[in-house]
Amino acid sequence: MQKMHSKQQQWMPFLFLAPAVILFSVYVIFPIAQSIWLSFFEWDGLGAKTFVGFGNYIELFSDGQFWTALVNNIYWLIFFMLAPPIGLMLALFLNQKVMGIRFVKAMFFFPFVISQVVVGLVFSWFYDPSFGLFNKAIELFGFQPIAVLSDENWVTFGIIVAGLWPQIAYCMILYLTGLNNLSPDQIEAARLDGAHGWKMLRHVILPQLKPATFIAIVVTVIGALRSFDLVATMTAGGPFGSSSVLAYFMYEQSIFNYRAGYGAAIATILFLIMDIYIAYFLWRMLKSEKA
Amino acid sequence: MFPTPIEKKSLPFNISYRVAIWIALILWLLPLIAVLLTSARSTADLNAGNYWGIPTQWMFIQNYTEVFTKTPMLRYLLNSLIITVPAVIGAVALSTLAGYALAKFKFRGRIGLFAAFIAGNFVPFQILMIPVRNLTIDMGLYDTASGLILFHIAFQTGFCTLFMRNFIIGLPDELIEAARVEGVSEWQIFRHIVLPLVRPALAALSVLIFTFIWNDYFWALVLVQSDDVRPITAGISALKGQWMASWQLISAGSIIAALPPVVLFFAMQRHFIAGLTLGATKG
Repeated sequence: MQKMHSKQQQWMPFLFLAPAVILFSVYVIFPIAQSIWLSFFEWDGLGAKTFVGFGNYIELFSDGQFWTALVNNIYWLIFFMLAPPIGLMLALFLNQKVMGIRFVKAMFFFPFVISQVVVGLVFSWFYDPSFGLFNKAIELFGFQPIAVLSDENWVTFGIIVAGLWPQIAYCMILYLTGLNNLSPDQIEAARLDGAHGWKMLRHVILPQLKPATFIAIVVTVIGALRSFDLVATMTAGGPFGSSSVLAYFMYEQSIFNYRAGYGAAIATILFLIMDIYIAYFLWRMLKSEKA
Repeated sequence: MFPTPIEKKSLPFNISYRVAIWIALILWLLPLIAVLLTSARSTADLNAGNYWGIPTQWMFIQNYTEVFTKTPMLRYLLNSLIITVPAVIGAVALSTLAGYALAKFKFRGRIGLFAAFIAGNFVPFQILMIPVRNLTIDMGLYDTASGLILFHIAFQTGFCTLFMRNFIIGLPDELIEAARVEGVSEWQIFRHIVLPLVRPALAALSVLIFTFIWNDYFWALVLVQSDDVRPITAGISALKGQWMASWQLISAGSIIAALPPVVLFFAMQRHFIAGLTLGATKG
């Protein structure tokens, strides 16, 4: 009995794992390899593939649209980094026990729950040059109205602000949960030592919020690099490709321009950028596993 | 507690705080409130430029009825359900099995496999797009709900396995060991000991990935093209092009699209937040 059992113990885990591993390999792991392989071909997505070596990559580096998209991705990364600190500020602001606070917190979280397509529509509306609230507000301060989404200089920032809305909500929830799990003893001890306000936050609270900060930064970076939905719904990369990001540029090239090989090369570059963060996350995660 | 509980501050401070949170909330949701108001406006109001005042006529019911009768919105809504519900069940089922294996069995390559699930969950969708699209076409599943469902199950399995594994690893080993000594088969152990214990995690995870899948837009664009299959995210953005001028209808449609995850969130808020952070506070 015991023997049969230990045998069962040997192969059972593989049986438990099999469905997930097979499906995940077919839809996630192999496609990554296939895309990288495809990036060395000129291919319209249907007909014959022609091997071009690094041709697609060489072409990318002289493609102005690629650089615009890449620079926009960098803007996304930089400005998205505002989400964790603003989320923390909101969490600190709302971390009280007054009447109705549960409802208020839930409503603050709202933007994260709704689809980015809807967020995109909401903000297109907000930015509308003739009636949008944004222009009404800046007129109050004596500025000329700006057609944010059709102005090459502003459009990317306009979309990033829309993206920050749900992202801040997400970071806020991570910090609210973190604040809930603070050690009361340490805070009391620090209070007795006369720490309060900024000093307390800096030296006692923030160190304890480190796990929340780590996750907030990871999801924010991934969110910034994944930005697609908002660009697609708000501007479709326009005007004249000025708000495109790598994710959208790739989609455009493969679906509308029938350049699957070229699209795969763009995807590969995006994947390589993302890998830096994935590797960092894995390293941290596995390190804490061992500890 | 940090910051210092407000009760310890002066009365005026308390009052102003209580007012301030509501003002902040209204400002935070202002873009959304605008859309909600617009969905109740009449065309006359919109033509007259009354975008921000109180609607002269409340057209709430008329506008929403119009959305459902004059557009395929109801179809889209149904499609979203047809896609999301099986995908959630599938992903949660597969990842509970996988998460259990990764958490409670020791075998070679365990960490590597776990790492692959985590890493796969973070990759950009575009690196998967062309091969997944071709695979779906080759299987004859392009423009079907099944094509989308299969992909969502596969992709969400990454995150779900991470989540379930981290939850299951916290369960006591003694129960499982005791059952093994009793000669209970591994499947029975999973079925009768592990599964009842992970129920809270299953609820949290389901609510969370329901939202992820419901809100998916990219794959709906890539794997589906007809109105018969299109989920509501892709549907609303298609309608946006057709109703350029009918803002009241677009807003009503947006509200409808946003509603199911919002309702779910409010109904299961505790689970939802537990879900977001359980996968998150680790690491």
